Amino acid sequence: MSDAFVEVDKVDLAYDEVSGNAIEDVSLSMKEREFIAMVGPSGCGKSTFMKLCSGLRRPSKGQVIVEGREVSGPLKIVGMAFQNATLLPWRTTLGNVLLPLEIVQPYRASFKEKKAEYAERARALLRSVGLDGYENRFPWELSGGMQQRVSICRALVHEPKLLLLDEPFAALDAFTREELWCILRDLWMLKRFTVVLVTHDLREATFLADTVYVMSKRPGRILARRDIDIPRPRELEVTYSDKFVGIVLELREHIGRIRKA
Amino acid sequence: MAVRSSLERWSPWVVLAAIILVWEVVCRAFHVSDFIFPAPSGIVASLRQYAGPITGHALQTFWSTMAGFVLGVTVGVLLGFLVGSSRLMYNALYPLMVGFNSIPKSAFVPILVVWFGIGTVPAILTAFVICFFPITVNVATGLATIEPELEDVLRALGANRMDVLIKVGLPRSMPYFFASLKVAITLAFVGSVVSETIAANEGIGYLMMSAGSQMRMPLVFAGLTVISVMAMAMYAVFAFLERRMTGWATRGMDARA
Repeated sequence: MSDAFVEVDKVDLAYDEVSGNAIEDVSLSMKEREFIAMVGPSGCGKSTFMKLCSGLRRPSKGQVIVEGREVSGPLKIVGMAFQNATLLPWRTTLGNVLLPLEIVQPYRASFKEKKAEYAERARALLRSVGLDGYENRFPWELSGGMQQRVSICRALVHEPKLLLLDEPFAALDAFTREELWCILRDLWMLKRFTVVLVTHDLREATFLADTVYVMSKRPGRILARRDIDIPRPRELEVTYSDKFVGIVLELREHIGRIRKA
Repeated sequence: MAVRSSLERWSPWVVLAAIILVWEVVCRAFHVSDFIFPAPSGIVASLRQYAGPITGHALQTFWSTMAGFVLGVTVGVLLGFLVGSSRLMYNALYPLMVGFNSIPKSAFVPILVVWFGIGTVPAILTAFVICFFPITVNVATGLATIEPELEDVLRALGANRMDVLIKVGLPRSMPYFFASLKVAITLAFVGSVVSETIAANEGIGYLMMSAGSQMRMPLVFAGLTVISVMAMAMYAVFAFLERRMTGWATRGMDARA
């Protein structure tokens, strides 16, 4: 309990009384700076789990504790990115990245006077994902992979402690996806925030995460927990190693069993 | 490419010129009487002859329309904001508004005349009741269709409803709003002219009505032309504004043009 950053304790969540639990009896604990991945069949409540971590939803039963305190409302220390980049088309790349700073405290109060400083910070972030020179472009002028990079920058600009990613790379082609894996890996190595990555892609989960959790069909329960003991830094070549392939196959077997059941 | 795009640009004028030409030729060839269906030349002559009075009536109609339109935009935006930002309000008000909107607006004119007498006020109010609805629906749609993920992103940062509305909802509904203005301004002209036709001593509607009763058809058609030109000009103004303000929403069209 002591060194846990996020502690999820026997949590159920039902959106309403009719549809039953979306997730059930979920318990896990995350250390600070841990990178966890959630995999499972569609509709298994992975996104629900994210809403719990961010404080957007409260559990029907059990409790979620972040930084030693029970979560009772939006956390503000989280950043989120989704499958769709959901950028605002009337804002430039830079404007989109700055959006969270206009909302979240303490940045909000000082946004006007420190705008230049914040813009510089956003530019640095964009540079670190290889988007320098695109600050004043509009989202529709960018490729899907670039938009997703902007979306990740937006999720990180207020230096959140917890980054929640809901299938962020699912809509990208295979090469762009692998490129973004590396970008995310480098950002994480650099800034060491805690990550919850929800994904369908077992290779993605294995490549990026410290720990992979496998969830069951609805109502979602955690069926398996797998530590990924592949040393870091990991390069893309590692995804072709026997060990890596072994882990992916093992995870795949879990999923296969769930789908048959 | 250049030829093609300039052709596209001029095509409406070419069609207009062709219609006028055919119209003129047909009227002359078959000796159609001015009392039945005046030729364009007759309409132009009438426009020239009565330029003074027509201008007076046109200005009357124009200002009534604009007053009703401004009223309609104000009420339309406020209602749209209310209906679009709250599910409860949407459920409570929307069916009523649909019911109200399905009443033919000319049916209001006699009521308005009883309340306000004949003249400018019924024209303004008819323009208003006919034009606020599309604005309300469009603004409400823009606000109600915010992507839930985007809302989650902001809410997770501690944004309240107002933040989401101001940062996302309002800019997002702007293209819908400007599109509705183009519809609303032409509807507002319909409203004021209908009202003037039924109950007024001034305005293009009144002019056409009285000219019609005296069988001065070229003057009636001159009135029609003036309304049409005014409505098209205002439409163009709002189309221009739309492009200036919300170019990001129509970038596909701009790229092709």
